Amino acid sequence: MKFETLKPILACALLSSFLVACSSTPQDSSTSTGANSGSTTLSGNDVSTGSVDDGSLSGSDIDTDGGIETVFYFDFDQSILKPESLAALRIHAQRLIANPVSVRLEGHADERGTREYNMALGERRGSSVREFLVLQGVDASLLEVISYGEERPASLDSTDSSWALNRRVEIK
Amino acid sequence: MLVRMYKLVFLFLLMPLSAMAELSIEITSGVDNPTSIAISPIMMKGGPLAEDISAIVGADLDRSGLFAAMPRANMLSNPRALSEVYYRDWRIVGMQYLVVGSVIRQSDGRLSATFSLVEVAGERALFTHVVKGRDSELRDIAHYISDKVFYTITGIKGAFSTRLAYVTAINEGGRQVFRLMVSDADGARERLMLKSKEPIMSPAWSPDAKELAYVSFETGRPAIFRQRLDNAKREQLTNFKGLNGAPAWSPDGKSMALVLSKDGNPEIYLYRFATKVFTRLTRHFSIDTEPNWMSDGKSLIFTSDRGGSPQVYKLNIVSRKVERLTFNGSYNARPRLAADDRTLVMVHRSQGIFHIASQDLVTGDLRILTQTRLDESPTVAPNGAMLMYATKRGNKGVLAAVSIDAGSRFLLPSRRGDVREPAWSPF
Repeated sequence: MKFETLKPILACALLSSFLVACSSTPQDSSTSTGANSGSTTLSGNDVSTGSVDDGSLSGSDIDTDGGIETVFYFDFDQSILKPESLAALRIHAQRLIANPVSVRLEGHADERGTREYNMALGERRGSSVREFLVLQGVDASLLEVISYGEERPASLDSTDSSWALNRRVEIK
Repeated sequence: MLVRMYKLVFLFLLMPLSAMAELSIEITSGVDNPTSIAISPIMMKGGPLAEDISAIVGADLDRSGLFAAMPRANMLSNPRALSEVYYRDWRIVGMQYLVVGSVIRQSDGRLSATFSLVEVAGERALFTHVVKGRDSELRDIAHYISDKVFYTITGIKGAFSTRLAYVTAINEGGRQVFRLMVSDADGARERLMLKSKEPIMSPAWSPDAKELAYVSFETGRPAIFRQRLDNAKREQLTNFKGLNGAPAWSPDGKSMALVLSKDGNPEIYLYRFATKVFTRLTRHFSIDTEPNWMSDGKSLIFTSDRGGSPQVYKLNIVSRKVERLTFNGSYNARPRLAADDRTLVMVHRSQGIFHIASQDLVTGDLRILTQTRLDESPTVAPNGAMLMYATKRGNKGVLAAVSIDAGSRFLLPSRRGDVREPAWSPF
C-alpha cells in the first residue's frame, strides 16, 4: 500500500535526472502517502514532502523489493503482460525462488465498466502475473491474487492518463 | 453513539445522522404535460409538526416526473378538510387534483392523519383515508400519503415508502473511508450501516427488505456479509481465496447467487442458507459474474465474456441451459430486471461511453436511457417506474435517476465524497 502511489513518482524522479520532462506525474492528492520514503531532489511541485539526505539521488529505502518495479500496468480491457514488465518480473521470480516469502498480487482496473466485472478483470491481471512467476519456478502457494477491481484507484481523475495508472497489478 | 465492534469497522444501529445527510434532490427534467396537483398544508390542530407533510408529498410526486405540485404560495386557499374545499379556487388555477388533510393527536399519544384526494373537475373526493403513526414516523406518514395518491391517479403502485442502500467513499486524512448507507427513497433519513477503511461493494437487499448483503474488504480480501437493518447483527458468509462477490438474494430469501473464483476463474454459485452448501452453476473459462434473479426464482441473468465481450446471459438453474440475451454493442453488463421480468436494464457501452440502457426482452428493442457518462450500477424501483444509477459529475460520483420511459430525471448530488452503487429496496 505504502508504495503504490509513490512508485511512479520515484521512477519519474530517477528518470528526470536524465530526461528533460516527466509528463505523467500523478496528481498531488495521490502523493501524500508514504511521505517519508524516497527522499530525492525532485524539483517539481507535485511532491511537497521528502527531505534531502545527502543531496544524492539514491531512492534507497524500497527495501522490500530492492528497487525493482513492483507495479505493472496493463492496456484497456487487457490482462496480457506488457513486454516492458517482464524483466522486472523475472527478477521478482529469482528473489522469490531464493527467498520464498508469501506475497500478495493485487489486481486493479480503471473505473470504466461495471464494478464486479472489473473485480474479475483485476483478478485476471493478478493471475497473469502469478502465472508468469510460477512459470519462472516460483512456488505457487506463495502467491495470492487479490483483486480490488476499480475500488482502489492510484489516481482519481477520469482521464486516459489516470486510467492508465489504475490498470495495474501491485506486488506486495 | 459509536459502538466499536470490529477492528477498523464500526457498526451503527439504524440511527439517524442528520448532520451527515449527504443527499439532496435536484430534478433535472420531467414529462411534458405533468398532472397538476395541489397539496394543501396538512397541519396538526393545536401544535406544530416536526415535518412538513405536504411538502414531502409534493416533493415525492414531483420527483416521479409525472406530477407538478403547486407551490404553496400560489394557493388561493388552504382547506384542511373536504368541507373547506372551494372548487373554484382550484379550477381557476388549472389544478386537476387536490389533496387535503389534517393531523390530530390521539389520546394514546399517536398521530392520526386523515387525508382526501379530490378530483377538481368532477368536484368529488376519490377517497378519504386515515393513517396513524408515532411522531418519529411523520416522514413515513407523508410517503404513505404519496403512495396512495400516486396509485389512485396513475394505477402504478407508489414506491415512495421504499429505501435506498448505497456506498459512499470520502477522503478523510488522505485515505478513502467507505460507508454503507441506507436512506429513504428521497435521500432523507440517511443511516450508517457500516464504516470501513477498506472498500465496501455490491449492496443487495433481501426480499423482505430487512437485510442487506454486501462485499467488504475488511479482512484484507473481499468477503460477503449479510447484515440486519434493525439491530446491525451480521454474519460473514464467504471467506474463499479469490473473488467473493456480487451477492443476489433469491426471491424466496432462502438462497443467494454469488460469484467465487476459488476454482480458478469467476463462476456463479448458489449458496443455500439452510444447508450452507455452495453449488456451482456456471462452468466456463471466461468471466461469469453479476448474477440477478428472474422473479420466478428459477433463472438467473448474468454477465459473461464467453462470447469475446461482456454480454448478458440467462441461466436456467435446473437445466443449466445458458442463453445469450444481448447482441447490440460490445459491452452489456450488470443486468437488472424490472419486476415484470420483461424490461432488462444494464450498463451499455456506446461509442466508448458507458450508459444505462434498457432492452425489451420480448421485442429486443434497446434504448439508451441516460445522457451522462461513466454510468453504472442501475437499480430498478420495485414498481418498475424509475431506475437509479451511479454516474460522475465532474470528478465526483453521484446518484441519478431516470424514469424507465426516459421522460423524467433527477439527481441526488452529495455534499462530499463519492456516492455509488445504489440498490433500491423491494416494497
